[in-house]
Amino acid sequence: MKQDTQGYWKANLRILGALLSIWFIVSFGFGILLVDELNQIPFFGFKLGFWWAQQGAIYVFVALIFVYIHLMQKLDRRYGVSDDDDAEANQEDS
Amino acid sequence: MDAQGLTYLFVALSFGLYIGIAIWSRAGSTNEFYVAGGGVHPIANGMATAADWMSAASFISMAGIIAFMGYDGTVYLMGWTGGYVILALLLAPYLRKFGQFTVPDFIGTRYYSTTARVVAVICLILISFTYVAGQMRGVGIVFSQFLNIPIFWGVIVGMAIVFMYAVLGGMKGITYTQVAQYCVLIFAYLVPAIFISMLITGIPIPQLGLGAQVIDGSGLSVLDKLDQTLTELGFAAYTQGAKSTIDVFAITMALMIGTAGLPHVIVRFFTVPKVSDARKSAGYALIFIALLYTTAPAVGAFARLNFVDTIHNTQYSDVASWFKSWEDIGLIGWEDKNQDGRIQYHPGAPFEGKPSFGPERRPDGSRDVLNTPTASDNEVYVDRDIMVLANPEIAALPDWVIALVAAGSLAAALSTAAGLLLVISTSVSHDLLKKTFARGLTDKQELFAARLAAVTAIGIAGYLGIDPPGFVAQVVAFAFGLAAASLFPAILLGIFDKRMNREGAIVGMLAGLIFSLIYIAYFKFVSPETNHADYWLFGISPEGIGTVGAVINFTLAMVISRCTAPAPVSVLAMVDNIRIPSGVNRPQDH
Repeated sequence: MKQDTQGYWKANLRILGALLSIWFIVSFGFGILLVDELNQIPFFGFKLGFWWAQQGAIYVFVALIFVYIHLMQKLDRRYGVSDDDDAEANQEDS
Repeated sequence: MDAQGLTYLFVALSFGLYIGIAIWSRAGSTNEFYVAGGGVHPIANGMATAADWMSAASFISMAGIIAFMGYDGTVYLMGWTGGYVILALLLAPYLRKFGQFTVPDFIGTRYYSTTARVVAVICLILISFTYVAGQMRGVGIVFSQFLNIPIFWGVIVGMAIVFMYAVLGGMKGITYTQVAQYCVLIFAYLVPAIFISMLITGIPIPQLGLGAQVIDGSGLSVLDKLDQTLTELGFAAYTQGAKSTIDVFAITMALMIGTAGLPHVIVRFFTVPKVSDARKSAGYALIFIALLYTTAPAVGAFARLNFVDTIHNTQYSDVASWFKSWEDIGLIGWEDKNQDGRIQYHPGAPFEGKPSFGPERRPDGSRDVLNTPTASDNEVYVDRDIMVLANPEIAALPDWVIALVAAGSLAAALSTAAGLLLVISTSVSHDLLKKTFARGLTDKQELFAARLAAVTAIGIAGYLGIDPPGFVAQVVAFAFGLAAASLFPAILLGIFDKRMNREGAIVGMLAGLIFSLIYIAYFKFVSPETNHADYWLFGISPEGIGTVGAVINFTLAMVISRCTAPAPVSVLAMVDNIRIPSGVNRPQDH
């Protein structure tokens, strides 16, 4: 079977583009470039800009990786390039 | 049992655990030595990556730096976590699919060139040695501080332990020891943080405590109180930065892409069975890291608040005993400028340089500082590194917490040192010998060479730790800039740009590396008096220059690759192959 590797790669790049945009906005956007504006807003005892810089961005980083894992798993299966089959081969040895 | 006895006990127990694991998981082949046979579970690999990654700098220094820098400490918090997003999305899955042993392996194969491989080895060794020397120094300091062993012997003991599991166990031994070390270090970090959060805010979760009200009846939140207290004393507000926006931006970016380009972190993703596991283990690693990194800003803020409260306007004779014990070691110094017998804490250096003390004590028992006083009202010198180590004492926590912190800092320093030593020895035995200068090596001979290289690297690292050339500590932070400017662009373009070729990659790596090295060397060693925003390129400090180096690397690589012959068809097929998760080479079971 000829896999549609080009379609897979394009879809992969779209996912990367979307997730890395969020990555950039929360860290460099909220935490650095917009920090003074956001600091005008109180947020559970924090100034919002400061919270993004020292807490919020890190939580979003973790979430982004798990969203990525999930999206890629679906994408791998849809294009038939998942590595699940390799795993079954391993389990026979263990 | 007193604090010192408990510390001996905790440290001995943790070392016994590491050695036991090392013996249990000895490496028998180069595959096991280099990548643990490629069969590590993603959660275990995530923990190992976290321990590998969080060094003495993360554990001991970071909260202290944040305590004194306030908002500017953000560069470390975001820089050292955000890199994992790049790693997980842009590098780790593809490098795992590539399925070789080292970072130079990838660069040598992708750019069909021994020269590219050797350039990558040079970058790797330069980055790793600057980093590892700082770890051995950290080991030495903890031993001398908590166990009253001279730094020399502290480093020797540290070398012996790392030798046990890095040389015998290779990657397999290191991986499972690092899992144990992660557990020790995170427990040791969280316990005092929870205690202190309870004391100051009554909330046991430090991440929430940072935004909560202080329980002193003032009704102010922790950060508002800090801002208010510090501005009253003449400091900048805690939540405002002093660095320029462009510098914060550049440093954060350099630390992020530097993290993604660090060889000892990348190689961890060669140890899991599958591509999807490489993605998962990056996610788990970041959870384990975020646990410490979201706690650190709370620890920093609490420590600063406690510190000001305890010492400012306090009679020296009444000050808490931790102040005096750190003064005894020379990491705190007090000069009573206005002769009122009280300690005043304000911005600015109290006197020139680090304190040097006279032999006699003053009548009140304080040490006699000989340095020339400055015009500032500030009377206190304090070394930032003491904040985490002194925190349990400052908050008057039980002795076992102090012992725990000592064991935790050793776990942090040793786990990172071992990971670094492994990539150094691997790149020597595998990339320089087997793949370049001695291609006929058998697996057995290569394994022996790897162990020999590890022993040599430990020796050099130990020497640098005992007798550091003055610049080692400063240079550690620059390892990131060098990784950002040299290895990261070459790896990224190798995966995402099929037009990238040998010529572009080699010129790009060398230009990025040399530019950053010269910039750092100029401001740190040649002309340190001009190390100031007025003289910096675009206002970017040497810490952030790796970002500019990376841009230079990317630009040159893109332009040159378009003017020279494309990569051969076999290499393009390899790139196509690593872009697809299925069909990974099969791992060994443990």
